[in-house]
Amino acid sequence: MARMSPEINAGSMADIAFLLLIFFLVTTTMDVDTGINRMLPPPIDPNAPEPPPVRERNVFVVLVDAQDRLLVEGEPGRIDRLREQAKHFLLNPDNDPSLPVKETLDIDYIGEFDVSRGVISLQNDRGTSYEMYIAVQNELAAAVRELRDEVSREFFGRRFSELTDEDLVNAVRRAVPMAISEAEPKDIGGR
Amino acid sequence: MGRFKKDTVKKTPKINTASLPDIIFMLLFFFMVTTVMRETTLYVRTQLPSATEIQQLERRSLVSFIYIGPPMQSQVFGTEPRIQLYDSFASVDDIAAFVESERQATAEAERPLMTTSLKVDSETRMGIVTDVKQELRMVNALRVNYSTLRGEVAGIR
Repeated sequence: MARMSPEINAGSMADIAFLLLIFFLVTTTMDVDTGINRMLPPPIDPNAPEPPPVRERNVFVVLVDAQDRLLVEGEPGRIDRLREQAKHFLLNPDNDPSLPVKETLDIDYIGEFDVSRGVISLQNDRGTSYEMYIAVQNELAAAVRELRDEVSREFFGRRFSELTDEDLVNAVRRAVPMAISEAEPKDIGGR
Repeated sequence: MGRFKKDTVKKTPKINTASLPDIIFMLLFFFMVTTVMRETTLYVRTQLPSATEIQQLERRSLVSFIYIGPPMQSQVFGTEPRIQLYDSFASVDDIAAFVESERQATAEAERPLMTTSLKVDSETRMGIVTDVKQELRMVNALRVNYSTLRGEVAGIR
């Protein structure tokens, strides 16, 4: 008589497969492309009239040189203080006459709000490292994001990133505009 | 009286394969959903910097990639950062044509949503990046994404 081995119970096979599937689902990090979104300024029309000059008190000048050193408003700066400085500039809590003008606008869902007219102007050298450039962009973006969070918390009780209603998002965007401009490139330090 | 029959006859094992197709399908769907196709072979090294204020890049079909970094084969091509478009090295002058061809491949209604993703090596100097950005401005490709990883920013401890 042929020798026969006992039947293997395959009922738990599905459970094992599910376990494996869940394991992979949890551990796999999906390769999503992330980055800092920016709008480049439109090209300058050579025939266009000169834009009106922005008042000096409304501009926060950040320069990065070829040695990755910062010059913030004419003084040597540090990357770990940049966020606070940018926030202070945009908020102008004491209505300092050397800091930007505030314009009272009537914004839907928020009401009357003092919107800062300040603009952050970022200028880098050709020799600046990309890493430093991203670090500065990141800090400036973080400053704006934190201010938006504060406004959003105050009026809607949630952080800006947690707002789902498009109208509320736009209201906060109007209250705290993303006012980061990149100056026309200049070649100072060479490569 | 009942009789105990000694079970001497053992049957051949039969693995129940009824659920096997489901398992395979599940795995298949899983990999189909998560796999991101890589269309280009990289010839430049792009060690991305990290940042915290990042957004996800959505609608990959509307994103065109520009790679900038030192060539992988530094013995052949040197260490000076180069631009890679599609599958080959390119110069700054090729970017206008690159953007135009990407535009032609996109439906007209979606062209304003097109984004250019700059995958730049963190040790690259800004000069070449600035040239690329100026070129993108000239052809009105204004939405850019500086590709970064999620993480703490360099220089802040």
